[in-house]
Amino acid sequence: MSQPLSANHLAVGSPNSAISEISAWGLLRLRQQLEQGLPLVPRPYLALSERTGLSEQEVMSAISQWQEQGLIKRFGLVVKHRTLGYTANAMVVWDVPDEQVSTLGKTMADVPFITLCYQRPRRLPDWPYNLFCMIHGTNRERVLAQLDSLIADHNLQHIQHAVLFSNKAYRQRGGRYVSHD
Amino acid sequence: MRLDHTDQQLINHYQRHLPVCERPYLEMSRQLGISEQEVIERLQSLQSRDVVGRVGPVFEHSRAGASLLAAVAAPEEQMDLVAARINRAPGVNHNYAREHTYNLWFVMTAPDYELLDEHLDELEQELKLPMLRLPMVEGYHIDLGFDIDWEALP
Repeated sequence: MSQPLSANHLAVGSPNSAISEISAWGLLRLRQQLEQGLPLVPRPYLALSERTGLSEQEVMSAISQWQEQGLIKRFGLVVKHRTLGYTANAMVVWDVPDEQVSTLGKTMADVPFITLCYQRPRRLPDWPYNLFCMIHGTNRERVLAQLDSLIADHNLQHIQHAVLFSNKAYRQRGGRYVSHD
Repeated sequence: MRLDHTDQQLINHYQRHLPVCERPYLEMSRQLGISEQEVIERLQSLQSRDVVGRVGPVFEHSRAGASLLAAVAAPEEQMDLVAARINRAPGVNHNYAREHTYNLWFVMTAPDYELLDEHLDELEQELKLPMLRLPMVEGYHIDLGFDIDWEALP
């Protein structure tokens, strides 16, 4: 915790929300603790209360509210797919005309085997691609077959794309926005 | 890695909606028909085998702070060295080798974008390699809590 952090990093919810009554520094400490994962003890929220100076009830209220407000978008087991055998992880990048990228992105978002999909800026001349999607698969042939079907189903033959399989993970962990390495 | 049926059930049921109550693992144990202690031990074991990274929240990146996807083109024979340097930079939470001229792809996070840019500038100067900075413009689907296809796994 070498770096100063302002309580503004917690700015979630309306000023009237119940957690605004709870100590801002306690909430910041709670976020730092949660980024490391929930303690594996019978009363994990009590353990977090001891580390944050909040009460057990305040810890649970804050987590529930953060879920309702969307700061926490998922609360549960974070699976490391590569260990399980999802070793063919392809990032497929597309050079889509600007006026079509949003529509195509939303279409791809609904394809069952696409696990992530987002728009990012081009960096010309080195990087012409503006739409990214990820396919997590168990083998390369199956992922390439899924990609072929995606191209055929959505008439993407004329959109330039590249497939970047990842062959090694040097690091994979949750984002630590308010805590430190 | 093959998991037994109970571990599979634990993952199937609890990639989301972990109970928020005084004894969450007790509530989970009732759903799974095992003891609270067994839930805790199985979670510890899944973590030690690196099947589960952590139990807890996935923060919405756009609201939790600043994050950015970046890539560098490292000489093939220096990839491990460059990857290690990237991992030493503050806030790097993902770092993958990928098959492309830009062969190292990493995500860096920081409390705000000013700090993130500073950290990336420092890293870029240290690496002396071309770096792509690719902030997210719009997310269409971002959720790695998909159902595991146990049958398809090796």
